[in-house]
Amino acid sequence: MSATTRLSAARLNRLFLAGELSATEIVDAFLSRIGQVEPQVRAFITVTAAEARERAQRLDSRRKADGRDLGPLAGVPVAVKDNIVTQGIPTTCGSRILEGFVPPYDATVISRLQGAGAILIGKTNMDEFAMGSSTENSGFFPTRNPWDLERVPGGSSGGSAAAVAADECAVALGSDTGGSIRQPAAFCGVVGLKPTYGAVSRFGLVAFASSLDQIGPIAHDVADAALLFSVIAGHDRRDSTSAPNADRVAQFQPGPDTSLAGVRVGVPREFFAAGLDDGVRRAVEAAIQHLGSLGAEVREVSLPHVEYALDAYYVIAPAEASSNLARYDGVRYGYRSPGAESLLDMYLRTRRDGFGPEVKRRIMIGTYALSAGYYDAYYKKAQQVRTLVVRDFQQAFAEVDVLATPTTPTPAFRIGEKTDDPLAMYLADVYTIPVNLAGLPALSLPCGRVDGLPVGLQLIGRHFEEPLLFRVAHAFEKTTTHGQARPPLDG
Amino acid sequence: MHTAAQELEFETVVGLEVHVELGTRSKIFCGCSTAPGAEPNTQTCPVCLGYPGVLPVLNEQALAYAIRAALALNCEIARFSKFDRKQYFYPDLPKGYQISQYDQPLAHSGWVEIEVGGETRRIGIVRVHLEEDAGKLLHAGGVVDSGASYVDFNRCGVPLIEIVSAPDIRSPEEARAYLEKLRAIMIYTGVSEARLEMGQMRADVNISVRPVGSTAFGTRTELKNLSSFRAVMRGIEYEARRQWEVIRAGGEVVQETRHFDEERGITLSLRGKEEAHDYRYFPEPDLPPVVLTDEQIEKIRAGLPELPDARKARYVTEYGLSAYDAGLIVRDKAVADFFEESVRQYAKGPAGAKTLANWVINELQRILADRGLELGQTPLTPAHLVGMLKLIDEGTISGKIGKEVFEAMVETGQEAAAIVKERGLVQVTDEAELAAIARQVIEANPKVVEDWRKGKAAAAQFLVGQVMKATRGRANPQLAGRLVRAALAEVTGVTNE
Repeated sequence: MSATTRLSAARLNRLFLAGELSATEIVDAFLSRIGQVEPQVRAFITVTAAEARERAQRLDSRRKADGRDLGPLAGVPVAVKDNIVTQGIPTTCGSRILEGFVPPYDATVISRLQGAGAILIGKTNMDEFAMGSSTENSGFFPTRNPWDLERVPGGSSGGSAAAVAADECAVALGSDTGGSIRQPAAFCGVVGLKPTYGAVSRFGLVAFASSLDQIGPIAHDVADAALLFSVIAGHDRRDSTSAPNADRVAQFQPGPDTSLAGVRVGVPREFFAAGLDDGVRRAVEAAIQHLGSLGAEVREVSLPHVEYALDAYYVIAPAEASSNLARYDGVRYGYRSPGAESLLDMYLRTRRDGFGPEVKRRIMIGTYALSAGYYDAYYKKAQQVRTLVVRDFQQAFAEVDVLATPTTPTPAFRIGEKTDDPLAMYLADVYTIPVNLAGLPALSLPCGRVDGLPVGLQLIGRHFEEPLLFRVAHAFEKTTTHGQARPPLDG
Repeated sequence: MHTAAQELEFETVVGLEVHVELGTRSKIFCGCSTAPGAEPNTQTCPVCLGYPGVLPVLNEQALAYAIRAALALNCEIARFSKFDRKQYFYPDLPKGYQISQYDQPLAHSGWVEIEVGGETRRIGIVRVHLEEDAGKLLHAGGVVDSGASYVDFNRCGVPLIEIVSAPDIRSPEEARAYLEKLRAIMIYTGVSEARLEMGQMRADVNISVRPVGSTAFGTRTELKNLSSFRAVMRGIEYEARRQWEVIRAGGEVVQETRHFDEERGITLSLRGKEEAHDYRYFPEPDLPPVVLTDEQIEKIRAGLPELPDARKARYVTEYGLSAYDAGLIVRDKAVADFFEESVRQYAKGPAGAKTLANWVINELQRILADRGLELGQTPLTPAHLVGMLKLIDEGTISGKIGKEVFEAMVETGQEAAAIVKERGLVQVTDEAELAAIARQVIEANPKVVEDWRKGKAAAAQFLVGQVMKATRGRANPQLAGRLVRAALAEVTGVTNE
């Protein structure tokens, strides 16, 4: 294994700017690592080797020419989930229905990455249209967990989390609608942040559930996650839900101070009820104790309505998805079923052949929930529950500054274990979903292992208080060794 | 079987849903041009094509125009409104949904006044909301048998307002007057050119019938997408009659959407209530709600121009025009502007304004209607009309010649004086010349002279007409009359008063 691929993004950037490592050397090291481990992990749908080399060469020339303003991610290979559009590079969303689609435009986060000097190294595998918790629902192939190749990496950003965990990229972007960054980060033993809704532009993120989706960073350590976040966060006039104050949340500089004195950490009792794996519980409780030992004031709080969050989510998210996925009709781009005999037939065949079972399931649920006569009973009721969940969090945040919970109820499960039981699969996101309903920021970081599998600690903050999450997570990371472990992957 | 309905008169009840394209330079949610007449699919981008990942951003000008139009329709503007998604599959609807407004529209509770048969009626406006237009399908061959269909997405995302009337309209004539009033208001406020032939204004018509005196509504049917005043009137006429005949025959009107076949002049069932679309509306998560302050609304209200009704009232009080004449002038903003500028240039106060009003109504509007032209499509300016009136006032030409000159000005854009000179239309005022013509006319009409001799004064009028004819209308009519009478007295020795 090349030592280069184990370096943090921040360090790679420093070495590149100092002229100690060329971008080309960095890219070659990562491409070589991809060549070694990708046959086992299968994290990527597309590896952009040629583009990455070309960009590395340009960065090297620019550095030699004047070396200024190359950016905080200059020379850093980044993997991007394949539901984030990239100009000239196929974007599939893990779906057959987008076969042949090469976007003529970049997502805002891609422009921002490029402005910061990052090198796109590939597009990562995902559950089709970000629907799933295991990356088994990909329209192409499942990705495997680098810690145990018989297990799932989590989902739907499983490709991004596995790519980081397997050192196939320095950092990665995922998207999180109900836990799709944090849950795979927990399963793969890396750091993942779901930012405040509105902190990162959704322009160019292929929509799953628009009111819940958010792009966020996945990294080996908190500092890298904060660095990547500082690059992608900010107001974007092309996204009307982009927060005007989004620019200020990006302020976090990791320092040597690990004291958490004055930070009030809330432990919601509802997150430690039935369904929580004992090993996960022990690891998370120990982690919370450790936060106390760093000076944080730990107290129990209650979020009485979160038990309904999952149900509300599985009405709202499919409802929005059914609408967002209507555009895949075979008319303008992507897959069109051949041999249709009429317009309706073309729509039906295209969507029948192009979408996988989980996507169809959710389109049907969402269509039903929005249909005349059922709207009040489902969609409207779910939105009311959502409001109650938001209020629960508001009340909790009147008492505490951060909430600490398990990220997932269990460690990574086996491939195929839950594919026949969608409801069991949905429970994998039970702790992450309430956060999306409330639009809050939340971060998952490694806090231990059960049977050799990583366990994630979830820290939830107030709107736009990502800096506090980074501070708490960084203090935890600096005073423990959980984050330093690497998967036992042959390389 | 006889039913009570057979013996009764029926009443038609109509409500209109009118779509008006707003005249913004760019589309409602992206920066693409809205200029009409471009090659298909040249005014599109990933946003209006609904490509994956793109998001709508509301065009502030479209919002301002919509508020302006709604204020001109006497509506209340909502301080909080929101966008919703209206879902249906169609190849010209790229996202699979239209961004529209559903339960919280931009404006509501307005009205406009119309005048039909000398009676003024107030038609309620239930709501005005903002939405995006869809694209257009072009079929190679017929709709049914075409081998291929093409989609033009240029119109996708053009901003529309939908104006929903209360069911206050009672006849095809009222429907027409209402649509004309809406069109005038859109043009006066400058939010749309509202050209029907270009699809910038289109109407869905809800029609029901009931016995006169009944206050309950009958079952209604809807005629979709009518794009001319004539089609709206004929559609209502036919559909009301059809419904009443169904009822008279003891049947029941079925609630359904119908298509008006313009060629055959009949309506045909499109889809019934059972097949009605379920649009599955829900709040558009990609757009924040529209929140307006009193200041924003008042600023737009303060910028409203004088509207047709106000202008009409002013013409009555300021120029002494009849309400009817004033109404005829103001219904076309371009004509009303022309009229006012003419009044200013003519500078003869209310008397001059009345003269001008007659010319505008009797000549200008007649010529435009005959030729199917808009004022802006002619070279005519107020200076033309005023220049010609001055020639009449000076006695250079008669009023009758004036009409000929006026028509020539509309056609050629030449000044009145130039036309008069070129065509030799100067009034004949030479007494000797006219007296000679009068004598020739008397000689040629002995029977009429005999009538005069018997005391029939009107006989002279005929002979004056002959003089005018002989001079191709150029004779000064007063002078011709005096000379004819003098010559008759001379020839017959009889003087008739």
